[in-house]
Amino acid sequence: MPHFDLAAVLTDEFRGWLLQGLLLSLELMTIVWLLALPLATFTALCRLSSLAPARWLGFVLVEGIRNIPLLVQLLFWYFAVPELLPESVRAWLYEHNAEFICAAGGLTLYTSAFMAEDIRSGIRAVPITQLEAARALGFGFLASMRRIVLPQAIRIIVPPLLSQSLNLWKNTSVATVIGTAELMYQAQRVETASFRGVETFTLTTIAYLCVSLTITALAIWFQRRFPVRAA
Amino acid sequence: MIDIIDTYWLYFLVGQYPDGPLGGLVLTILLGFSALILALPLGIAFGLARVSERRWLRWPVTALVYIVRGTPLLMVIFWAYFFLPSVTGHKTGQFATMLTALVIFNGMYIAEIVRAGIQGIPKGQMECARSLGLSYSKAMRYVILPQAGRNMLPSFVNQFVTTLKETSLGYIIGLAEVSFVANQINTLLLTRPVAVFSTLALAYFILCFGLSRVAYFLEVRRNRQAT
Repeated sequence: MPHFDLAAVLTDEFRGWLLQGLLLSLELMTIVWLLALPLATFTALCRLSSLAPARWLGFVLVEGIRNIPLLVQLLFWYFAVPELLPESVRAWLYEHNAEFICAAGGLTLYTSAFMAEDIRSGIRAVPITQLEAARALGFGFLASMRRIVLPQAIRIIVPPLLSQSLNLWKNTSVATVIGTAELMYQAQRVETASFRGVETFTLTTIAYLCVSLTITALAIWFQRRFPVRAA
Repeated sequence: MIDIIDTYWLYFLVGQYPDGPLGGLVLTILLGFSALILALPLGIAFGLARVSERRWLRWPVTALVYIVRGTPLLMVIFWAYFFLPSVTGHKTGQFATMLTALVIFNGMYIAEIVRAGIQGIPKGQMECARSLGLSYSKAMRYVILPQAGRNMLPSFVNQFVTTLKETSLGYIIGLAEVSFVANQINTLLLTRPVAVFSTLALAYFILCFGLSRVAYFLEVRRNRQAT
């Protein structure tokens, strides 16, 4: 094996590819996160609803998505979903970076199913008596939600949500299978072009770790700063 | 969809076996199961190190757990793909590569399950066992771990579900597990991606949903026993 030489993969060309990949990965994570959170909240509320059909919809969404591997879902989104779309939409999709849109769609659904379960258990963890006590003291429903229930629920929900964000960050790497040009895809490209596997993967691993450990640190900080209080 | 299943069900289940290497759904289950079995001792050892009183043991293991858990599994697979041949000195097959990556990756997750399980047992249990004259390792083995083990069982089953889903990444290094086989069938047929990938998704769903129900059942039973 030739000796370890980081400079070999830090030439302008290769560095550019890797940076582009990192930026696209971060972009993918941000878009998916922003789309998944409202969808997850909706699914969680469905599962907590008093309407049986809404509960069933939530259950099917969560269990269906969580029990199928992300890779299979991405393959489905990329190969099968365009077949189901009308001709004009399909043409539009292939003109507008289909790899990125399909990856974002698949990752959003996948992430939202996991986030929904965290949000649901967070809301359920606040005893109903808290709401009842607030109402008895004369708070309106919205005021008691805003001032009594949600502040307690958020302390419980945020740490698991942060760990789902970490999973999301790691899962963006799977998008490479459908050819989304994110960090893992660019790493393979640099590796093929430079024959410097160890150096390329060292850099890529460090890049992934920097973002992962930042999210982990944020989670630890949050749990120290805002510990869950016994109700 | 029925006609595809009718033609390709054997290929889907076992790959090219017996004329070629074993593949398909059977390989997926075999890989997931062996990865979990091999990751268990690693996870238990690392979990014990994570709660150890010796810093020289606890700190490096904690660092390793954080590093591996912050890395995508795909990255670990590529590392195994590159490093195994140069460590072992001969070409490593896709199955061994995938198995190694899964064992290392899941070992770290199991270590965290074990740590949480041990820390979930009241401190008084350890103090009590020690004051009755048991050594640390004996107290761990006869008092703490049997109780923690019962609490950890549902998490282990859930981890098995996760591992089964993770075996699908073997697709990327060309391991002929069920996702790879399905993709091959899709390439052969060309015009039926919806049917092929729906069948694949359904196969995973039946497997994983069934197992996660088992975990749920174990959890309900444990909570009933606890009260």
